[in-house]
Amino acid sequence: MVMERAVVKRSTKTIQLTMIQAITDGLRTMLQEDERVLVLGEDVGKNGGVFRATEGLYEQFGEDRIIDTPLSEAGIIGASIGMAVNGFKPVAEIQFLGFIYPAYEQIMTHVSRIRMRTMGKYSVPMVIRAPYGAGIRAPEVHSDSVEALFTHMPGIKVVCPSSAYDAKGLMIAAIEDPDPVLFLESMRIYRASREEVPEGKYTVEIGKGKKLLDGSDVTLIAWGAMVPVTMKAAEQAKTQGINCDVIDLRTLYPIDKDIIAESVQKTGRAVIVHEAHQTGGLGNDIVSIINDTSFLYMKSPIERVTGFDVPVPLFALEDHYLPTPQRVLKAIEKVVNF
Amino acid sequence: MLADFPILQVVDENGLLLHEQYKEKITEELVKSFYYHIVRIRTFDRKAVSLQRQGRLGTYAPFEGQEASQVGSALALDKDDWIFPTYRDHGATLTFGAGMMRTLLYWNGRVEGCVPDDGQKIFPPAVPIATQIPHAAGAAMAEKRKGTKNAAIAYFGDGATSEGDFHEGLNFASVFQAPAVFFNQNNGFAISVPVEKQMNSRTIAQKALAYNMPGVRIDGNDVFAVYFNTLEALNRGRNGGGPTLIEAVTYRYGAHTTADDPFKYRDQSKSETIRNTRDPLLRIERYMKNNGFWDENWVHKITEEISNEVDQAVKDMENYPKANVNDLFDHVFERPTWTIAKQKEEYLRLSGREA
Repeated sequence: MVMERAVVKRSTKTIQLTMIQAITDGLRTMLQEDERVLVLGEDVGKNGGVFRATEGLYEQFGEDRIIDTPLSEAGIIGASIGMAVNGFKPVAEIQFLGFIYPAYEQIMTHVSRIRMRTMGKYSVPMVIRAPYGAGIRAPEVHSDSVEALFTHMPGIKVVCPSSAYDAKGLMIAAIEDPDPVLFLESMRIYRASREEVPEGKYTVEIGKGKKLLDGSDVTLIAWGAMVPVTMKAAEQAKTQGINCDVIDLRTLYPIDKDIIAESVQKTGRAVIVHEAHQTGGLGNDIVSIINDTSFLYMKSPIERVTGFDVPVPLFALEDHYLPTPQRVLKAIEKVVNF
Repeated sequence: MLADFPILQVVDENGLLLHEQYKEKITEELVKSFYYHIVRIRTFDRKAVSLQRQGRLGTYAPFEGQEASQVGSALALDKDDWIFPTYRDHGATLTFGAGMMRTLLYWNGRVEGCVPDDGQKIFPPAVPIATQIPHAAGAAMAEKRKGTKNAAIAYFGDGATSEGDFHEGLNFASVFQAPAVFFNQNNGFAISVPVEKQMNSRTIAQKALAYNMPGVRIDGNDVFAVYFNTLEALNRGRNGGGPTLIEAVTYRYGAHTTADDPFKYRDQSKSETIRNTRDPLLRIERYMKNNGFWDENWVHKITEEISNEVDQAVKDMENYPKANVNDLFDHVFERPTWTIAKQKEEYLRLSGREA
């Protein structure tokens, strides 16, 4: 990845963007490049999206391509399927991941199966964008983090960037992908930082994680809003002389098993951090990957720092629900001192 | 509402034309085509039930009694239109041009049965209820965006009108004025639940009012009414007039599928009464006799042709190469993810096959 970025930076100008601006930039880039790309969803047009992820696109591309739809999640996904098998590349926004459930049937029984059911005759090259996660004092149900409902679902890829550069590159890769991609956007870090992002087109490969920090004592694995939390814990661990290897997973299906294996075979220890509930959470699959690839390298049991097995609470308690740097640090200390 | 949405007929139970305006349009060729296709899909349907009983086919959903609805609507389509069927609409897809052997393959658990031939816009049958309705809306929206005159038709039953996807699909098509026809076959029962328990509305057609689209209630056993009303709805869509909801009132003579017994939940004597009075084939036969189109030799000839066609399709289905285990893994993504590739390789090795 370091090489890929260097190449891009040499060949193009860059611009400072937040993650949400980079998402808009990725959409704009593909809307310009490919006439088949359509953006649709609730409030994505004139309003530019409730978070402004589609700001300016309606003015630039018009209502035929930036489509305000009825408030109808199954309708949005169902109609996108019909458009996708009929020559278009819809990028459908579900306003919050916590509201995707009416469309779950469409995704589970059609989006993810059409290629398989028709042996490749029909496919659904669509992207489903969904802001997710807690930590912004949102109203009830707006803060769910249910990526595992989709990583468990065969036939759809799931990506979850934590930076502006990755968000734009993954957005372009997702739109170009011949198969459906669920694109999870952490609301909490939409505007948390700015980063140099190349102008124009580039991709970040789906299925590849990214190393954020090199260290030899313990591997930390996180994605989305848990990346900065995990990085903060790694900084605190450093003051105790513990060097962390930090991986931003970026793609949740298919997981980059090689980056995980390579890291834990070096450190022998791992802490997985996610804000989704623990039971059935994606952390368990990562434990399995470590088990399958690196069992004999491990020096201690793997720790998971996750949301609890409770519904994401109303916001007065969300700080207790979400993993914190302190909780991650405790887990780091536990595996190092095992 | 019953008065606002009367059941429209073109030809009544006695085979008499009710509206002179259709006289010119009902050619001998058209009538014979109706007759031919109804005989054809009925022969197929009975054969499929029989094969299931012999253990030569999986669980099967019969449509006998509904043939006029399926044939009349499918014949109204152009070859470049889209068709979004359910698992009980293979009478419509067969009439539209789906392969008979492929259709049998589907009912024998073969994914090959979902694959349309090149150039055919036949979606795999929807097995969940009503999910295909928004697909048809989307495909029709896409045709409109492309500037074609093509339309999409979605088939669904009375039970589907209770699902959210029915309303979401109709609303989408209405908002975007998509060239879609929502073709409901109200056959009176969702497995065992009668339509009176399915809804408190008097008709399904009236639900179109909510979406400001035309709602048409027709005699689904009158192939003439089905054909001309579907044609009109399709033409309206093609010419920018938006979607239409059609309620074809019909009856399923038999079970929901070969896995249930209708004697348990309803009075099956009604099937016999309808068969003897309102049967789709009986009505065309009467019309043909009334109009001098009836030709015993022709009937004999097509009956034999169809019987041979069905037998040949059964033979081809039974001689079709065995299911290939690679197909379990190879079509989920354009290129398999590492998890699928690994699972495939391990499974093939375990079962003594080469990857």
